[in-house]
Amino acid sequence: MSALLHTICEMSIAALGATSAGAGTGASTALSTAAASLGAGPVPVAHGILPALVRPDLAWAGWIIGLPAISAIICGLCCALRIRNKLPALSTVVSFAVAFAMVLWLYRTLDPAQPVVIPLFEWIAFAWGDGPRHDLGGHFALYVDQLTLLWMLFVTGLGTLIAIYASEYMESDVGKGYARFFFGVSIFIVAMASLVMADNLVFLYLGWEGVGLASYLLIGYYYTKPSAVAAAKKAFIMNRVGDLGLAIGIFLIWTNYGSVEYSALFQAIQSVGDPAGGWDASLIPFCLMLGAFGKSAQLPLYVWLPDAMEGPTPVSALIHAATMVTAGVYLIARMYPLFMLHPDALATVAWIGGLTALLAATIGMAQYDIKRIFAYSTVSQLGYMFLGLGVGSTFGACYHTFTHAFFKALLFLASGAIMHGFAGQLDLRRLSGLRRVPGFTIVSWTMLIGCLWLAAFPFSAGFFSKDEILAAAMFDPHHGQPILAWMGLATAGLTSYYTFRVWFRVCAGPVMFVPGDDQHDPHDPHDPHGQHDQHDPHDAAHDDHAHGSNAAHAADAHGGHGGHGVASASAAGAAHGHGGLVAHAGSGFHPHAPRFAINGVLLALAIGAVLAGLPTYLVLSGQASENWIASMVGHSSAALGVPHAEGAGDAAHAHPHMLGMDGHTAMFVLSTIVGLTGIAIAWFLHLGNRRFADRLRGSMLRRGWIRWLPTAMEHKWYVDEIYHACFRMPAWVGGHLMHFLDRHFIDGLLVNGAGRIPPLLGRLFQPLYNGVLQGYATTMAGAVALILAWIVWKWVAGGAA
Amino acid sequence: MIASASMLAMEPMAGGPLKVLLLTSALLFTIGLVGFLSRRNMILMFLCTELMFQAAALAFVAFGRMHLDYSGQTFVIFILTVAAAEAALALALVVLLFRRRETLNSEAWAELHE
Repeated sequence: MSALLHTICEMSIAALGATSAGAGTGASTALSTAAASLGAGPVPVAHGILPALVRPDLAWAGWIIGLPAISAIICGLCCALRIRNKLPALSTVVSFAVAFAMVLWLYRTLDPAQPVVIPLFEWIAFAWGDGPRHDLGGHFALYVDQLTLLWMLFVTGLGTLIAIYASEYMESDVGKGYARFFFGVSIFIVAMASLVMADNLVFLYLGWEGVGLASYLLIGYYYTKPSAVAAAKKAFIMNRVGDLGLAIGIFLIWTNYGSVEYSALFQAIQSVGDPAGGWDASLIPFCLMLGAFGKSAQLPLYVWLPDAMEGPTPVSALIHAATMVTAGVYLIARMYPLFMLHPDALATVAWIGGLTALLAATIGMAQYDIKRIFAYSTVSQLGYMFLGLGVGSTFGACYHTFTHAFFKALLFLASGAIMHGFAGQLDLRRLSGLRRVPGFTIVSWTMLIGCLWLAAFPFSAGFFSKDEILAAAMFDPHHGQPILAWMGLATAGLTSYYTFRVWFRVCAGPVMFVPGDDQHDPHDPHDPHGQHDQHDPHDAAHDDHAHGSNAAHAADAHGGHGGHGVASASAAGAAHGHGGLVAHAGSGFHPHAPRFAINGVLLALAIGAVLAGLPTYLVLSGQASENWIASMVGHSSAALGVPHAEGAGDAAHAHPHMLGMDGHTAMFVLSTIVGLTGIAIAWFLHLGNRRFADRLRGSMLRRGWIRWLPTAMEHKWYVDEIYHACFRMPAWVGGHLMHFLDRHFIDGLLVNGAGRIPPLLGRLFQPLYNGVLQGYATTMAGAVALILAWIVWKWVAGGAA
Repeated sequence: MIASASMLAMEPMAGGPLKVLLLTSALLFTIGLVGFLSRRNMILMFLCTELMFQAAALAFVAFGRMHLDYSGQTFVIFILTVAAAEAALALALVVLLFRRRETLNSEAWAELHE
C-alpha cells in the first residue's frame, strides 16, 4: 500500500520537477506543447521516434522478468515438495515488489524522450544471405520507453498488491493449490513483463502466448469444476483465433519492413512509410487488430472474458481486468505507426471499440452475478480504450487503461472479499446492506469508490480518462467519430446505472444475505452446507422484500428449514434495514469478514484509484502544465501515429466549441449529466424502490412487445448461443462426420481392406500348396511354359505386324 | 566381351550345327523335367535336376559359340563348379532324409508343407 502511494507521489513529483526545471532537459522541451483546456489537450507530438540507444549497462533490468521467474520456480518447488505454508505467496510478493521498485528506478533515471534498448542475450539470429529480407533477428532485449514504463508501473504495482490480497484470499487452499496458484501468477507476470518490455515482436509474441497460458491455467484453477475447465478452454481457444491474426501480422511486418525489432521497424516506417506496392502491408493493421481484439475481449471475440470469472477472484482482478486484457491496447499503442498504413484501420478499431462498449454495457445491466457484471463492464471499458485508440487519442486510451486498472482491480477485489465472506455468494439479489455487516465496512466503502470511478462520477480519475476519449471522438479533426462519441455517452449512462445497481443492491439497503454453497472453510462447523437455499433464483429478489416488510412471514416460511442460512436484519414490523443485526433463528452462518491483507489492499487500491486522477488534478490546479501521462504517451511510439498533427491548426483542434461552451467543458457537462442520471435511476430502482423495480421487470416480461428486451439482455443477447450454432455446432457435426469417415472409409475400407487382400489370395492358392514336390514342380513348369508361350506369341505377333 | 584372336578368326556358327546343339539341349531339359515330375525317388529326382542343369550349360556353350563369345563357356565352368558342390550337398541331404524314414520316396516328406 505504501509502495503504491510512493509511486504515485514519485510520479507527480517527477511531473512537477520536469516542468519546474524548464528547458533543462530534453523532456521538458517536448513538454512545451501548449496544453489545451483542462490539461486534456492533444498529445504532444514527438517529431519522429528517436533511434533507440543501446544500453548494455542497464542489463539489471532483465531481473524485472527474472525475479518473477525465480519466484515461479520457487512456487513449483513448493508444489513438488508439498510445502504447507505461505512461502509461495511470500516469494511472489517479494519478487513483484522488487520488480516494481526496479521499474520505478528505471522511470526515475531514464531520459523520457530517449527510447532505450537493453540487450540481455541472443535468442534468434538467422541470416541466409546478404541484403534485405535475408536475416531475422529477435533477441531477449528490452525496449524501454515511456509507454513501456507506464504499463510496467501498473502491471508490477498492481501485481504486488493483488498478490498480497491473494495470500489471504487463497489461504483455504494452503497446501493444496496454493503453490500452483502463485506459480500461475508468477508466470503471468513473467509473460506480461516480456510482452510489455520486449524489444521485438517475436519476444512480444512469446509473452503474448505466455499470458494466454497463465490465463488458461488460472481460469482452470478449480479444475474439478467442469464450468471452470470449459471456461479455461473457451478462453484459450478464442485467444488462438486472435493470436493467429497477430502471428500473420508479424510475418507481414517482416516481409514488408525486413525487421521485427521495434527500433529498426520504427525507423523503417519513418523513412519508407507505406512500402510501395505492398498490398499485404495494408493488411498488417487488421491482423494486429485481430490479435488485440482476441486478447482484449472485443467484438467478435469477447465472449471468453465473462466466462473467465470462473477463476479465483485475484486472477480476475489482475489478469482479466487490470493487466492482461490491456495487452491489446498496448499492442495497438505500440504499433500505432503501422495503423496508418490503411485509412480504415483506425476507424475499424474505433467502431469495434464503441460497439463493444455499448453491447457489453447492455448485457452487464441485466446480469445478477456481481463478478459477471464487472466482467462485462471490463469488456465495455476496454471498448472505450479501443475507441480512444481509434479516434487518435492514444493518450486517452492509455490514461483510461491506467485509471481503469486501479478501480476495476478494486471492484473485483471487493467483490472477491464478499465472495470470500459469504461462501461464494455473488448473486446481487441475495446480498443486501453489507455496509452494515460487521467487518464489511471497508469493503463496502472502497467498493463505493470503485463504483464512482467506474461510473465516471465527476472529478474522479475515471471521469477524466473517459472524457478524454469521448472528447477526442467528438472533436478530433482527423479521426473523430461523433456518432461513436454519442454512443459512448449513452454507454457511460448505462455504465453508471449497472455499476450502482450493484452497489445499491449489495452494499446499501436492509441487511440480508444468503450464503453461497462454496465449501471455502471446511473447518467451520457452522457452515450450512447442504442446506441450500430452496428458492427459485428469480424469486429471491421478491423474497428479500418479504423479509423486510413481514418478518413473521419470513419466520414462518423459513423456520422449518433449520439452518436455512437467511439472516434477516428486519425484526417483525421494523422498517427496511433498521432492525440491527439479528441472525435468523436456526441460521448458523457467520460471514467470514476479511482481515488485514484484504482490507489493506482494498484501501491501498482505493487510494491508488483516487491518486490516478492526480495528473489531471495537478493540471487543473495549475501546478503542472501538462498531464504527465500525456507526456509519457507523447514520448512513445504511440505518438508517432497521430498524423499531420504538427501542422494541423492547433486552434481548431484544441478549441472546438459545442453547446456554446468550450469542447471539453461541454463534454464534462454532458457526461456528468448522463452519469448522474444513471446513478439516480439505479438509486430509484435498486435502493429507494426495489419493489417497483421488480414490478417493472414483471410487467415488462408480461407484455409481449417488450418481453424480448429483458430476456435477451439477461441471456447476453444470445451471443453464446449464436456462436454455438455458427461455430461449435458445425465443428461438432464436421468432427463427427470426419470421425465416421475415418472409421469406416479410411480405417475400414482402405487400411483393413488392403489388409484383407493377402489372406484372401492365400486362401485362393492354398490348394496348390499340398506338400507334393512334383505338384510344385508342375505348377512352376506350367507357369514358366505359359509365360514362354505368351512371350513367343507376342514375338510372333510383333514380327508379323 | 571377352574375345580372342583365334575365335575371331572363326566364322560365327549358324544354321545346322547350332540347331543340333540347341535341340540336344532342349531334349536333355525335357527328359530331366519329365523325369523330375514322374519319379518319386529322391536320388532320381536329383539326377533329373542335374540333367536340366547340363541342358542349360549346353545351351550356354552353343550360344557362346554362335556369338564368338567366351562368356558362355565361362558360365559353364561356374555351373559345373556349383553343380559339383550342390551335388555333394544334395546327396548328403538325401542320405540324412533316408536315415530318418528308411525310404527314398519324396512323398514320405509331404507333411513338411504344414
